Formats: sequence, C-alpha cells, structure tokens
Amino acid sequence: MPSGPPFLNHAVLLSLGLFGIGVLGVFLRRNVITLFMCVELMLNAVNLAFVAFSRAAGTLDGQVLVFFVMVVAAAEAAVGLAIVIAIHRHRDTLDVDAFNLMKW
Amino acid sequence: MIDAILFYVFAAVALGSALVVVGQRNPLYSAFALIVTLCSLSAIYGLLGSPFIAVLQVVVYAGAIMVLFLFVLMLLNVQPESQEEGSWRALAGTALALAVLLVLQVGTVLLHWHRPAPPEFDASTRKMAEILFSPRFLYVFEATSILILAALVGAVALAKKDP
Amino acid sequence: MFEDRILNVVPFMILLLPLAGFVVLALLGDIRKGKEETGAGVMACTTVLLAFALSAWAVIRLQGLVGGPSGLRFSQPYLGFEWIEAGGFRVPLSLLLDPLSSVMILVVTGVGFLIHVYSLGYMAHDEDRVRYFSYLNLFTFFMLLLVLGGSLPLMFVGWEGVGLCSYLLIGFWFRRKSATDAGMKAFIVNRVGDVGLLLGMILAYHAFGSLDLVTIADNAGALAPEARGEFGSVTLVCLLLFVGACGKSAQIPLHVWLPDAMEGPTPVSALIHAATMVTAGVYLVARLAPLFHLSAGALTVVAVIGGATALMAATVALVQTDIKKVLAYSTVSQLGYMFLACGVGAFGVAIFHLFTHAFFKALLFLGAGSVIHALSGEQDMRSMGGLRTKIPWTFWTFVVGSLAIAGIPPLAGFFSKDEILRGALQAGKTGLFALGFLTAFLTAFYMARLLFLTFFGSFRGGPAAEPHVHESPWTMRGPLVLLAVGSAVGGFVAVPELIEPVFRLAPAGHHYAPWLPWVASLNAVVGITAAYYAYVLYPELPARVSGAMRPLLRLLEAKYHFDDAYNWLVDRLVGESETLLWKRIDGGLIDGAVNRGAQLVGALGQKVRLAQTGYVRSYALLILGGAVALLGYLLWS
Repeated sequence: MPSGPPFLNHAVLLSLGLFGIGVLGVFLRRNVITLFMCVELMLNAVNLAFVAFSRAAGTLDGQVLVFFVMVVAAAEAAVGLAIVIAIHRHRDTLDVDAFNLMKW
Repeated sequence: MIDAILFYVFAAVALGSALVVVGQRNPLYSAFALIVTLCSLSAIYGLLGSPFIAVLQVVVYAGAIMVLFLFVLMLLNVQPESQEEGSWRALAGTALALAVLLVLQVGTVLLHWHRPAPPEFDASTRKMAEILFSPRFLYVFEATSILILAALVGAVALAKKDP
Repeated sequence: MFEDRILNVVPFMILLLPLAGFVVLALLGDIRKGKEETGAGVMACTTVLLAFALSAWAVIRLQGLVGGPSGLRFSQPYLGFEWIEAGGFRVPLSLLLDPLSSVMILVVTGVGFLIHVYSLGYMAHDEDRVRYFSYLNLFTFFMLLLVLGGSLPLMFVGWEGVGLCSYLLIGFWFRRKSATDAGMKAFIVNRVGDVGLLLGMILAYHAFGSLDLVTIADNAGALAPEARGEFGSVTLVCLLLFVGACGKSAQIPLHVWLPDAMEGPTPVSALIHAATMVTAGVYLVARLAPLFHLSAGALTVVAVIGGATALMAATVALVQTDIKKVLAYSTVSQLGYMFLACGVGAFGVAIFHLFTHAFFKALLFLGAGSVIHALSGEQDMRSMGGLRTKIPWTFWTFVVGSLAIAGIPPLAGFFSKDEILRGALQAGKTGLFALGFLTAFLTAFYMARLLFLTFFGSFRGGPAAEPHVHESPWTMRGPLVLLAVGSAVGGFVAVPELIEPVFRLAPAGHHYAPWLPWVASLNAVVGITAAYYAYVLYPELPARVSGAMRPLLRLLEAKYHFDDAYNWLVDRLVGESETLLWKRIDGGLIDGAVNRGAQLVGALGQKVRLAQTGYVRSYALLILGGAVALLGYLLWS
C-alpha cells in the first residue's frame, strides 16, 4: 500500500471508477444528450481527483482549478445543448450515428 | 471513523448511480441518476474539507447544469433508446478494453503519492475568495465572466429559430 | 623618354581608333542619313587610315628599339584593373608588338583602308551603308586585337569578335534568307572550331601555367621530354588549337562556310574572307610555332590537311560558275598552301604567302566586285564575256592579280609559292610537294579560266544589258590600282627574314633546288595556256570533256558532298536529341516525376480519407486510443 493519507487513495480510486464509467458511457450510448451527461460525469471525476490532491498537498490551487472547471463545464453544456437543439430541429433525431455528414 | 463510513456510503451511491446513468435506456432516468451522483460527490467534497466547492457543486452543477439538461430533454421529447445493433458490439468491446487500460494507467500515476498531508487545512470560503481575487488568479477570474458571456450569446444564437 | 611614353600608348591607339569609329557610327550614324551622304564612310576610312599611319610609325620605331625576338610587350597603362584575376589565374591586358604582329597590323590596316575606300564607291547607293561601315570598323578593331593580343585569351576575344563581325557582314542584306543562312552557317562552323581552341587553351594553361604568348614561346622547349613528339600534351595542345584554326581558316572539314559567305557584299569578301580574318588561323599556328615545332605529329597533320584542302578546293573551283565562288574556293586553296608551309616547318614562308595573298586576293575580289558593279549585279560567268574593252581598268588590274596568284614571276605570288614548294622539298616531303605542284597548276588553270570567261570572247549577257556596262568610279578603281602595285612588287619584301626571330628556329638555307623557280613558272604558264585553249580557242572543248567525265563532274559540283554530309548529320543529331530530350527526359522523367508524385499523393489521400467516418463515436475512440498510447509511452519510458 503506498504511503500517504488514506483518504487520498480511496478518493482517487473513486475518481478513477467514475471516469471509467463515463468513458464507457460515451461509447455505449446513442442518445447525444446522454452522451453529454457521461462527459459531465467524467468531468466530475476529475474534479474529485483535484480536490483530493489539493487536500493532500495542503494548497488551494486544486480547488481554484475545480472552480474554473465548473465554470467552463457550465458554458460548454449550455452551448452544446444549444447545438443539439439546432440539430434536432433539422434532423429530428438524437441518434449520434445519424450525424455523419462529415463522412468522406 | 464516522468520516470513513460516510465516505464509503456516499462513494457507493455515486458509483451506483453512475452505472445507472450509463445503463438506463430512458434519458430522463439517466439525468436523475446523474443528479444523485453529483449530490453524493458534493457530500464527499464536504468530507474532504472543501465546503465552498461542495456548495458550488450543488448550486452550479446539480442546480443549474442538470436543470438545463432536463429542460432540453423535456423540450425535445426524447424517447427511450432502442436496442443497439449487433455491429456496434465490437466498438463497445474495444471501448471497454480501452477504458480499462486508461483507468489502469491513470491509476498507476495517481497512486504514487508519497507526501504526508499537512495537519491543518483551511479551504473556507474566505480563503478561497482571497486566492481567487489575488493577482495570481484575478485575470483568469474576470476572463471566465467573458467566457460565460460568450457562451450565453452563442447558445442563444445557436438555438434560435430561423425566422 | 617622351617618345617611349608615346610608344607605350600607340598600340592601344591603333586598336581604339577603329573601335571609336564603330561606336560613333553605331550611335550617331543615323543622324545625317541623306541619299548620297558619304560622311559615315569617310569617317570609317579615316579611322583606319590613322590606324595604318600609327602602325607604320610604331613598326619603324620598333625596328630601332629592340633586337630580340620577344618584341615589345605593352601592358595597358591607364585602366586601374587587370583583365582577369581569379585566384592564381591572372590574365593582364597586354599587347605584343613584334615583327610578326607588325606585318599583320600593316596588312590589316593597309589593305583594310583600301577596302574601306573601295566600299565608299561600292556601297554608295545602299540604304544601310552606315551600318556597313560601323561593322567594318568594328571588324578592324577585333582583327587588330587578335593580332596584337599578348596572351591567348586576349587573342581569343579578337577571334570571337571577328567571327561575330563576319556573321554580321555576311548576313548584311538580312532580308535575303540565303544571306542569313550563310551567316549562321559561318558562325556555327566557327564555333565548332572554337571548341577545339578553348580546349587547347585550357590544356596549354595546364601545361605551361600561363597563357602569355611570349612565355609559352620561351618555355616550349622546357617541357618534359616524354611530351616531345610522342602523343603527349604538346601534340594534343597543337592539334586542338589547329582545330580552331581549321574553323576560322576554312580547312577540311570545317571549310564549308566560306563559299556560302559570298552572300555578303564583295568588299566584305575581300577583307574578311580573303585578306584578314581567314588568315587568323595561320597567324595562330605561326604564333605558336615554337610549340608546333616540338611535335612532328601535329606538324604532319597540319601539312596534310593543308595540302589536301589546297587540292580539293582547287578542283572544286574548276567547275564553279559564280565568279565569287571561284575566288572563295581559291581562298580556301591558298589557305591550305599556308598551312602546308607551316606543316613543313616554314612558318615564315607561310606568313609571307599570307602577306602576298592579302594583296592579290583582295585585288581579285575587288576586281570581281567591280565587274559585278559594272554588270549591275550579275555574278554568273556564263553571262559575262568580252568585258576587257568595256572596263579596261578593272581588266588590267585583274590580269595582274591573276598572274600573281598563278605564280608568274616577278609578281608577288611567284616568290611566296616558290618558297613554300622549296620548303616542302627541303623537309623531304615529296608527297606534299607533288600536292602543291599539282595544285599550282590547277590554280593557274582556273584563274585563267575565270579571266577568259569574264573578259574575253563575246558578251553573253544578252542585248538588253550590254549598253549599261560601265566602268567603276575612282573610289573603286584607286584601291584596285594600289593593290595591283602591291601584288606586283610585294614579293620583294623580305618578310620571312624579318619575322624569322619570332619563331626561335634555326634559319634555313635558301639555295636549295635552283631548278624550282623555272619549273614552277613553267607549270603556271602551262596551266594558263591550257585554259586559253579550252576557253578561248576551242570553246566547245569544256563541254565535250565534261560530258566524258560526268561522274567526276557531279562529284566536283557537289563539292565532294561535304554539305550533304553535314546536313544529314545535323538532321540525325537534332532528331535524336529531340526524341531523347523532349519525349524521354522532359516528358517521361520530369513530367512523369511530377505526375507520379501527384498520383502518389492522391492514392495516399484515398487511403487516409477512410478515417473520416463521420461518426462521433469512432472519433472519440481514436482520441481515447491516442490518450492511452501517450500515457503508456510516458509511463513506461
């Protein structure tokens, strides 16, 4: 067992688990909104890791970064969902495999 | 002691609802499960001594972002997904393998932490404010407001109906 | 001291006078161009006359100042730079005035002046006469540079320059395609010879470390023994330089341009293709006599080619009907004589023949020009005849020239030809002697033929042309007379003795074979008499003889098929290279490389575009894969 605060290991493991689940979700889901939600899940896993390491290192830099990650995630979610709405207006489907106009 | 138990409980909840997010056919149920995950994560943040982030998680993530998701889901009247075709099984298999690999790799990196934690740790809101408004992060802080403005304008422009 | 300073400048002045003439005429000549304006011509004549005067003065002073073979070397005094200076290779702008170049500059400026004066009359009605005189002056400048140059590169500048002027003047009436073709032919054939000359120069520099003429002459003997006589660098240098001389002096196989060069105005033929430019090759060989003398092989080649050319050209001259073509082939033949003389070691005699030939060949050409002028442009001898009473001045000067070239004593040609034949005998080359002897007979014969066809008998040019036959103006008759005088007495100038020291050879005796002058003169008389029989007494004879010898006649008329062979060769060369270069190299290699490169890119693109599936999830998969690979690399390195 590596040395260090015990909570760190558990938190990091949890973070890894959530991240892996998120990655799986990105590949397994077809609905584009669900895809977004899995991306949010991955972001949160990363946030958790940042907070845990911030606590372990004793500095607040990690927490500040989490703050900014959240801001960016919010902006990204807003814009992404707006795009989804626009696409849905044209294609009337939310299947991510249907958006293949960029195919060669 | 209590902390450890609470941690395990919330961790389990988070993992469980994450699985629901990924596995559930109906997107609405996935969204709700994600809210649960976010809230349990918030509790864990609190356990880790970061009250500011914990509250922020609930207010911004669970409260604003997920509400936005729910709005859009309702607006578009999404239906539960149909069964995946067989040809995507290969993709899923590869994805699974790669996900495992990634997790292992990242884990290897993350778990080699050797420094002991300092005894006292102050992550209160006051402290956070002092850092955020210090010269070190002030510009970034103000820039994010511009970022949000841009996102706002962009979202409105993108989602507008063409007259 | 004062005079020495003058002497230092004079050779350059000699050069620069005609050059200045050219520049003025080229730039300003158009200003006063009236119908009968003669200013340009007079100016051109003046520059050459002044150059002649300066040359004469310089030569006389030279006789007093120096006694050695090196002559005087003049470096340019006023310009601030050497001519060529590249690393260890230095070529200064130096002129060389010694007995050999003295003879040459006197001939060039003297005969040149007379021809300039003649041109005043001949070209009086030509619209482009300003351009003509500017070219003539330019030519004079380059020719003087050629013979005054103190180093091979400087001589080469003059060499190329006279080639250029020859091209310009042959193609003077450029609106005529035959003239421009002839000009190009002359230049291109010259160029072929120049390749040899350049290679020879390079090799000479490699062997001697210098291209200065005096240095080469002095050090010729200092070469390693294994290069003497055997096929060593000396022989190679001589042969290569001789190739260049063949090109310029129209020897086999590069003689084909000279007859065609008759397209130019007749004074041009007289000056360039008789008296001066074509003799540049002989001058080159004579100048490097110390070098040639070391290589028996090179000398043999020179003599054989000279003799063969002399005979071949004489035979072709027999069947020509154009008056200028006869003279052109005669020039080729006489040049062959000069090279024959060089080849048997009699370099001084070769220059002597060059000297006398300048007089009588220029005379003959100018006389022919006078005839042509009299007949308003007719050049075919079959339309001439009986002109001796109509244009007496032309006739009598022409007689002098013909007798001179035939070798009748005491005219100039007799002495120089006699010396050449004697030189051949002295060297033990009886074969060459026989060649020369036979050629002398033919020379007398065809010149007499020309004389009789043109001036004797009855006029065959038709009744319409007969009343217009008129004698030439004084500007044309004057030079004819002066040249006739020169052809008559020029033989008494002891040219070989004067320039012997330049060659650094042991002098030869002159009393060998006392029977030779008599036999040679008899030879010439027999030739003239034979022509008299054939063309005056029994005019049907030539037709009967040629009828009996039809194949030989055809061969001669085709000029031994040299032109045909060259045309075929060039066609093949151009055709093959066109196929090779155009289709295979440009089309196949270059275009092919570019095209195949583009095709390669296209093919690659076809393969790579398959990655653009359009599906978000496959892109995501690629991202994930990339992240995994990167992390793996970072972790395990």
